[in-house]
Amino acid sequence: MNANLKQALTDYLVAMADDELILGHRNSEWCGHAPILEEDIAFANIALDEIGHAIVWYELAADLSGEDRDTYANRVVYFRDAPDYRNTQMVELPKGDWAFTMLRQYLFDQFEMVRLEKLTQSSYASLAEAAAKIRTEEIYHLRHTRAWVRRLGLGTDESHRRMQAALNDLWPYALALFEASTRETLLIQASYIPDISILKTAWQVQVTTYLQEAALTMPTNSSHAIPPRTHHTEHLGGLLSDLQQVARLDPMAKW
Amino acid sequence: MYGATVDPIEDIRTDEEKLAEFEARIARGEKIEPGDWMPDEYRRQLIRMISQHAHSEVVGMLPEGAFITRAPNLRRKLILLAKVQDEAGHGQYLYHAAETLGATREEMLEALLSGKAKYSSIFNYPTLSWADMGAIGWLVDGAAILNQTMLAKCSYGPYARAMVRICAEENFHRRQGQDIVITLALGTPEQKGMMQDSINRWWWPTLMMFGPHDTDSPNSAVLIRWGIKTKTNDELRQTFVDQTVPELLALGLTIPDPELRYDEASGHWHFGEINWDEFWNVVKGNGPCNAERMAARRQAHEDGLWVREAMAAYAEKHQS
Ligand SMILES: [Fe+2]
Ligand SMILES: [Fe+2]
Ligand SMILES: [Fe+2]
Repeated sequence: MNANLKQALTDYLVAMADDELILGHRNSEWCGHAPILEEDIAFANIALDEIGHAIVWYELAADLSGEDRDTYANRVVYFRDAPDYRNTQMVELPKGDWAFTMLRQYLFDQFEMVRLEKLTQSSYASLAEAAAKIRTEEIYHLRHTRAWVRRLGLGTDESHRRMQAALNDLWPYALALFEASTRETLLIQASYIPDISILKTAWQVQVTTYLQEAALTMPTNSSHAIPPRTHHTEHLGGLLSDLQQVARLDPMAKW
Repeated sequence: MYGATVDPIEDIRTDEEKLAEFEARIARGEKIEPGDWMPDEYRRQLIRMISQHAHSEVVGMLPEGAFITRAPNLRRKLILLAKVQDEAGHGQYLYHAAETLGATREEMLEALLSGKAKYSSIFNYPTLSWADMGAIGWLVDGAAILNQTMLAKCSYGPYARAMVRICAEENFHRRQGQDIVITLALGTPEQKGMMQDSINRWWWPTLMMFGPHDTDSPNSAVLIRWGIKTKTNDELRQTFVDQTVPELLALGLTIPDPELRYDEASGHWHFGEINWDEFWNVVKGNGPCNAERMAARRQAHEDGLWVREAMAAYAEKHQS
């Protein structure tokens, strides 16, 4: 693999990892505060899985760039500042209410699903293997979040209203999941990754159908353009100051 | 008359006879199961204990939960999140155990949120640093294990079985706490200082977890007689001190008790008197975090109301 390609793939893996990490982090904020005790358990599982997936991607990135697997993930997570994070904005938004959290997770899970299906065919073998493994967990996530979307969309007037509001807020951010960076072209040509913009249609049909079955109306006015992964909302800084505060008390110390 | 068929007879034993039989069963080490006859007081004491225990697991998620987002590396983050998640699971098993005695989840939650039911006072102390994750895991879960190992042998079957399951997980909690304490105690001077400060704050509240002296514990006698408890508060507390003190000292940590010394004659560690005014004050709701903990539980309950209503409405509409 030439240096350019290697760098592009590393960046791609780190961006994927950042998405899962930040979303898992947001989800973990519910532990102890969920609407029912059963969700303190079930949703913590999803948070654990997402953070676990992030670690898998960071480790692949470490292997690729010749870094030490054991220290790389902690270094990039705990000692990068917000501008250097490459997660999509949707995952860094505050957890909001249960409708917002569940809908975000659903949209993201469905996105991951279409991407992972293609990644299992990646010509980069360790990426294909990891994708196959992670996909089995995502099947369970999707089952869980789909059930909540239905329940809340079709539950009471209030739950429906909250779901619709969450959808209106989240939709432009969700569409931004499919914005490819220019460097991805290289990776697509090498058959390392799928062309995400092509997957967008399939995803959009899936989620639209499902959300409409849950009595939700798809937002039409998506003029609110979400900037690329190099740009963040003010929420990421706050999230990171929480996430990194203990580790940064003494960067040389072992914890 | 020989050979005559016997009609099923209703239980005509007097309450005294039933009680005698019940106590004989306990003396033989038999487990009492949900459908069995039991004295009202036995049922009442168990519901009180098990629901308190369940509430403790649930409220106990809060102080450690506050550090999930701040865990200093990814491994610690996953472990802590899984641990707090386990505590929710413990709450769930215990609510189920209490339900076998006729209590409902709604009643129990209502009692917690209204402040009528108690939970372990230890969770009314604040978590101020990462080191507290070590102290809680090692000391607090360690103390809980002693109590729960005893309860795993208690006379009420569903409670005993819940405890067996829970203890297995608590041992993992204790180990992760101990691992944090060791790492910090042997770490940089700042880390060691942070760990010492944490031990200083958690030591006495942990000893208080075992409850009042046996002489001041109104329920102890009946609980022991009916095989719910098999050891007294003071016995368990002494076991904890004997077990924990040498391990902490070996790490170069100190224990905030000037009276602490090993007593050759008895083979036990002698420790100073607990501040019982503080103990009762926290039990009565005036501890450093009672108000915050209850506010957090009520907030989650209120914020979740529309979700639970939606679940119920959906289930109603879609049952076929
Ligand atoms: Fe994932
Ligand atoms: Fe527990
Ligand atoms: Fe525990």
